[in-house]
Amino acid sequence: MDYIIEILGPLLQGTAVTLQVFLLTLLLSVPLGLGLALVRVSRFHLASAMVNGYIWLMRGTPLMLQMLFIYFALPFVPVIGVRLPDFPAAIVAFVLNYAAYYAEIFRAGIQSIERGQYEAARVLGLSYGQTMRRIVLPQVVKRILPPMSNETITLVKDTSLIYVLAMNDLLRAARGIVQRDFTTMPFVVAAAFYLLMTLVLTWGFHYLEKRHAVYDE
Amino acid sequence: MPSTTNELANVTPMIVARDIRKRFGVVEVLKGVSLEIAKGDVVAVIGPSGSGKSTFLRCLNHLETVDAGEVLIAGETLVSSDAAGVCRYAPDAELRRICRRMGMVFQHFNLFPHLTVLQNIIEAPLTVKGLARDAVVPKAEELLRKVGLFDKCDSYPARLSGGQKQRVAIARALAMEPDIMLFDEPTSALDPELTGEVLRSMRQLADEHMTMLVVTHEMAFAREVSSSVVFMDAGEIVEARAPAEMFSSPAHPRTQAFLEHML
Repeated sequence: MDYIIEILGPLLQGTAVTLQVFLLTLLLSVPLGLGLALVRVSRFHLASAMVNGYIWLMRGTPLMLQMLFIYFALPFVPVIGVRLPDFPAAIVAFVLNYAAYYAEIFRAGIQSIERGQYEAARVLGLSYGQTMRRIVLPQVVKRILPPMSNETITLVKDTSLIYVLAMNDLLRAARGIVQRDFTTMPFVVAAAFYLLMTLVLTWGFHYLEKRHAVYDE
Repeated sequence: MPSTTNELANVTPMIVARDIRKRFGVVEVLKGVSLEIAKGDVVAVIGPSGSGKSTFLRCLNHLETVDAGEVLIAGETLVSSDAAGVCRYAPDAELRRICRRMGMVFQHFNLFPHLTVLQNIIEAPLTVKGLARDAVVPKAEELLRKVGLFDKCDSYPARLSGGQKQRVAIARALAMEPDIMLFDEPTSALDPELTGEVLRSMRQLADEHMTMLVVTHEMAFAREVSSSVVFMDAGEIVEARAPAEMFSSPAHPRTQAFLEHML
């Protein structure tokens, strides 16, 4: 027990890094994903195709590779080349990657709304933008909560990939102690931390689902 | 009052459709449909399924685009075709303004499930007309009283029966104060015992001289409420006559066959 309290300090520091990556990614990639999805379902075929290509690229290569690319290779790319410190580089990679996955969830949600809803909105005089904002998206939110919860829980665990940029997230902190003290106890504690985080998320999404359950379809 | 209505009707019909053509792929669903509807007319469109009657209705408010032909709503051109057969729609803003003169009621209600009954009704007046909530709510409540559903104000659509849903849909369309009401098989998705309440609301509208175009399989409604009945078959209007004549002595053999089958 004393040992656990002793290693709690560095593990909590790691958790703070993990949570920062998680929250920033969530905050930025969900709106970006929504934007991508709206372009994807729009009638602007060229833009839609470009988004399609973007999603293919982001889902088709490992997140770790994307992170390494943005950190190590991006500085040498002409025109857009910038040198990013490790934390921003990780955030950019995570946001770009997760936006692609969230975009597909949003797209599935948007396309699941019946044509009759669009027609009813249209004959009442609502514009496309008003129809999306007032009629379609509020219904989409309810339908996509389960897959959103899935993806978001995956994000918590994916944050451990930032160790490749030598950042001390929860898992790397735990591994450091394991290698120093020759005991696997820190892994168990780290696992408990991850479980706790996903438990809070599960509750959060459960609450949202319940709030949206005021109406049936 | 009726004479004034007639005089107005003589000046500009509420709906003019000329030679509307529409195909879905290789199937020609409308083979040149023409119809004029005067203010206060209640026109029932009957015919076998697949005859193009719903498509025709949907061409009038731009839910479908026509391939050729002309549509005028209260004298304003929604779409016209030039001599070469190229059809041209009014500019977007104007198109929306013209279409707003028509309310529509769908076979499957298409209520917004995430909004309560009251919210369903005030949504368009709030967002489209930009009216104040205080002004819109009393009007919505009045409409709900009219269709007999005031007590359902705060219910969500899923809690309503089909007949109640359709009456809310009628109130929702009326909240935009349309000059014309289009009904696309409003009772076809209802259990037989629930059609009466919807037809009553429609009859009430007809009594108030609303201009109505009703695609329906309800022969009793067509006979008793409409001012004229249009029989469509295979993408064309076979005949259009006063209901009494249509049902007692249809002129065309196709009409006879259909009515024999229906009655």
